[in-house]
This record gives sequence, C-alpha cells and structure tokens, in this order.
Amino acid sequence: MVHLTADEKSLVSGLWSKVNVDEVGGEALGRLLVVYPWTQRFFDSFGDLSSPDAVMGNPKVKAHGKKVLNSFSDGLKNLDNLKGTFAKLSELHCDKLHVDPENFKLLGNVLVCVLARHFGKQFTPQAQGAFQKVVAGVANALAHKYH
Amino acid sequence: MSLTKAERTVILSMWDKISAQADAIGTEALERLFASYPQTKTYFPHLDLRPGSAHLRVHGAKVVAALGDAVKSIDNIAGALAKLSELHAYILRVDPVNFKLLSHCLLVTVASHFPADFTADAHTAWDKFLCIVSCVLTEKYR
Repeated sequence: MVHLTADEKSLVSGLWSKVNVDEVGGEALGRLLVVYPWTQRFFDSFGDLSSPDAVMGNPKVKAHGKKVLNSFSDGLKNLDNLKGTFAKLSELHCDKLHVDPENFKLLGNVLVCVLARHFGKQFTPQAQGAFQKVVAGVANALAHKYH
Repeated sequence: MSLTKAERTVILSMWDKISAQADAIGTEALERLFASYPQTKTYFPHLDLRPGSAHLRVHGAKVVAALGDAVKSIDNIAGALAKLSELHAYILRVDPVNFKLLSHCLLVTVASHFPADFTADAHTAWDKFLCIVSCVLTEKYR
C-alpha cells in the first residue's frame, strides 16, 4: 500500500491533471529505451530503434508509451489498492512478457525525470517525493504476482 | 562503461550553465534526496538539513564543485576524484546504493532547470557520467 499524506495526494493529483498522458507516455518510454538501451530487448518488433532520434520518433514507441501511461493513470485513481489494480498486469508481465521487475523501477525514475522537465520549478522536492512513492508503489504492485 | 566523444561534448557544453547556478543546483539536489529518500539523512546527523539551511547550501556547493572537478578532467575522472574516493571508502563509508539515489536527484534537478537542454541524448550522457562518478567513489570500498 502507498502511504501518501493529504498534501502529497493533492500534489500528485494537482500535477497529474496537467499532464498530457499520451505525450508523456511516449517520451518516458522513449527515454527508457535510449538511456537504458538494454531495455530494448523487449521490443524487437518495434522497428527502428537505432538512434535516439529514431526511438523518440518511432510510432510504435509512442503508441506503447501511451498505453503504459494510461494504465499508470488508472493506478493513480486507486492508490489504496495498487496490488489489486495491477494484479492481472503483474501476471501478464511475469508469465507472458517475462519482464524483470527492475525495469519497472527504471521506467518509474525516467517518468519522474520527464515530469521534472515538463513542470520545472513546480516539480518541487515535495512533489518529487510524492511521485517517488507512487512509482515505487506501482513497481511493487506490478512485481507482486511474480513467481 | 565509458563516455563517447559525443557524450563528453554534451556534458561540457551544459556544464557552464550548470556551474553558473552551482550552489542552487547542489542544494536542490540534496533537498530532493532528503525529501524522496529520508533514510539518506542518517548520514548527516551533524547538519541542519531543513530546506534553506546554510549547512545544506555549503554541502550542496561542495557536491557540485566535485562534479565540476570530474567534468574538467572528464578523460580521467578516477584521477580527479582519487582523494574523494579514499574519503568515501575509509571515512564516510556511505552505502553504495545511495550514490544511485543522489545521481537520480541530480538528474531530476538538471531536468527541471534546463528542460530544453535535457534531451534524451543529454539524459543518457549525464546518467552515464554520474554512474562513472559513483563507481569511482566506491571503487576502494573493498
């Protein structure tokens, strides 16, 4: 369970309401693949990932990033039950996709960097602290059904 | 892991802007570290870590100055940080996991101050650079 104070909840929902989830999703996934190129191992079918420009402009990366972040967005509406919310996705990532849960932490931190870039000063240390709790909670929930 | 020529260029080109706000950036990175990862405060019982404190500013400035030393000798970071490496190994003994946490907070600080410069390429270069610095600082641990 993620324990956010009332202030933290309001910081998170306040900032998230201003996020263009589709765009930020594409940027976050793209940066994951560029900054940590070994993560490309899961995306052989995505086509051209040969350079940072190719990755950031790749339509499959953008589409998948959008999917991922919309799912994350659902999590934000259920902070009291992240494990329940992500149970099926957790099973999928373990049994079908075979994704090392370390990747959820990497993506969470890349998302935090992208939010910092978009919000600048508004992304205060307190806001970051709140979001770090959320991304850690989501990463844990996605790893919860692994066996 | 080592930096490509292009990555060195990116870091050097951003460094002027960063060092112009060295104190603010160092201080903010530490504030972010303590806000997101409160367990890191255990290394600083002797300092006043409240946001705005003089201690934070002095320590933040120190951290960024050391990064500056690494940037100025970017071809020989191990040489530039040899003394700091010994300090961390024999005196400070900060658990290695914490270097990743501070590195992340430095990236977030740079991203928030320089959004246009913090491209995916720059993000990669800085992440690698901070990784190398962290390795150098922990390489004498055992």
